Amino acid sequence: MTTDQPRPNNALPSDVAVHVRGVTKDFGTGGSLTKALRGVDLDVPYGEMLILAGPSGCGKTTLVSIVAGTLAPTDGDVVVLGKNLIAMPNRLKVRFRRDNVGFVFQSYNLLPALTAAENAAVPLLIAGWRRARAVEAASEVLDTLGLGDRLTRLPTELSGGQQQRVAIARAIVHQPRLLVCDEPTSALDAKNGRITMELIARIAVQPDRAVIVVTHDSRVYSFADRIALMEDGRIESVEAGMHQAHPANPA
Amino acid sequence: MLWIAWKMLIGNRVKYLGIVFGVVFAALLIAQQSSIFCGLMFLTVSQIRDVEGPGIWVMDPNVQFIDDIKPLPDTDLFRVKGVSGVEWAVRFYKGLARARMEQGEFHQMILLGIDDATLVGAPEGIFMGSLADLRKPHAVLLDDAGYKQIWPGEPYILGRVFEMNDRRAVVVGITKASRTFQTFPIVYTLYSRAVLFAPPERKVLSFVLAQPRPGLNATAVCQEITAQTGLQALTREAFMQKTIRHFLAKTGIPVNFAITVLLGFIVGTAIAGQTFYLFTVENIKQFGALKAMGTSNWTILVMVLAQAMQVGAIGYGLGVGLAALFGWGSRGFTKLAFFMPWQVLAITAVAVFFIVVLASLLSIRRVLVVDPAIVFRG
Repeated sequence: MTTDQPRPNNALPSDVAVHVRGVTKDFGTGGSLTKALRGVDLDVPYGEMLILAGPSGCGKTTLVSIVAGTLAPTDGDVVVLGKNLIAMPNRLKVRFRRDNVGFVFQSYNLLPALTAAENAAVPLLIAGWRRARAVEAASEVLDTLGLGDRLTRLPTELSGGQQQRVAIARAIVHQPRLLVCDEPTSALDAKNGRITMELIARIAVQPDRAVIVVTHDSRVYSFADRIALMEDGRIESVEAGMHQAHPANPA
Repeated sequence: MLWIAWKMLIGNRVKYLGIVFGVVFAALLIAQQSSIFCGLMFLTVSQIRDVEGPGIWVMDPNVQFIDDIKPLPDTDLFRVKGVSGVEWAVRFYKGLARARMEQGEFHQMILLGIDDATLVGAPEGIFMGSLADLRKPHAVLLDDAGYKQIWPGEPYILGRVFEMNDRRAVVVGITKASRTFQTFPIVYTLYSRAVLFAPPERKVLSFVLAQPRPGLNATAVCQEITAQTGLQALTREAFMQKTIRHFLAKTGIPVNFAITVLLGFIVGTAIAGQTFYLFTVENIKQFGALKAMGTSNWTILVMVLAQAMQVGAIGYGLGVGLAALFGWGSRGFTKLAFFMPWQVLAITAVAVFFIVVLASLLSIRRVLVVDPAIVFRG
């Protein structure tokens, strides 16, 4: 099932951040061939938080990896933020991710030897910022996320919820236009999961930014503008979320 | 990003210390064994080094090293003196003699005979007695290591007597002499007396020590001596090099030391490589996250190499430092030859460089092929 009618790349409306058409992804060959994606069509406009939901193994992570530019599809078109990722050389794709994509990972993937502020500053350091300036900018973001008193703590000295907030700070510190969150609440309890989603909804959803959240946690569906349900490598349905009605979003 | 690499490295203390240990072990073994090797080679030329003053050694054309004595006729001294570039030339005897001590025991000794008139070839560090006493009847100088070897634990006493070739020798002075490769006691005496102490031979002149005229190049004078006399003439430095080359080529010493050095290299590489690889595997998701966030493969490569170079530099410093400490600490109470010239430091540095590069190769391959999408897999 598709979300929209297929549209040539050069005719993309300017409000579409992510445009996926006919994307397939095969892993392995011969007898061990696994079809992870079987022709996915998806559009995500700017200013929207889309939740990709579905059971384990349905292809959510594969799809989001392709959209984020960390995995190449077997076939299909992928245009993200106006850039055709299929035609983009790997070298430019690395730069594209650096400048445009923020990541929130399921297991945080914080560097254990760096403090909270240093971890949050990593995307700026990758972009070539000076360390002091990058840490200062990251500290300001952490402060807005309520971690102003935890700047010099190592990840092991933070709770799971605090670590995820550091990861969110790291994802948004360089002002990316696409935020990709992979199971951001799966390692958190209900309270911290809700707080995390509220943060993502409050901070990440901007008119010039799109957010894709991969999850199978139905408790967070209420934060989405739309929910795309995946099954067996396809998008089965796209439903409106309850974000507009959520108290965390004054808009 | 290099700062992140450094923080990642030292953040895992156990692995970090494991890698450093591997490099320290290798650097220590390579530097220490190389220094002992250099020390041994240094011993082989100690008697050339101890003869200060004359810049040229003249000898039989077939002499290969300092202990390879092929005596010359005494008349060769005058042939050398007759070469126009030679300022002066004197006789020098070198041989082995068997000495019979007061209690009847025998000792093999290195016998050196210096010029009677000028005393050229005499040792510098006489700390008991005087060089002038060598002109007294039966007088000899003995090196302090030899004295301790013959009379262990006894105080220095001048006037002690022993016999060589049934001739009386009286110790009139004790001198500092560099230890020799053969470790025999060294006896200095006048040339005319040395040839009497030595077993009788038809020709007795071991070397002619010569000095080039001021302003003349010693090598050029050597060539002139060879051209005019047919003898082999070498500068002091060239003779030392020839002697060392002989020991390198004709003995198993270099091979034995090379095997130890190679073992140090292999074991160090194995320890450092394995630990470094484990460190990389342990951090593979972090590297994957960095790649996902836009770190290029080139930057990742530089980060891993920087980590390797950092442990290499620390391991090198600690390794050669410990080797130097070993040499310094063992100088007083062992007979270990230890000499650490800058070449040893340079060779060790090159070896450590290759160790860390080899150790990091597997890790580099691992991080370069890691799929950034790995971060999305749980």
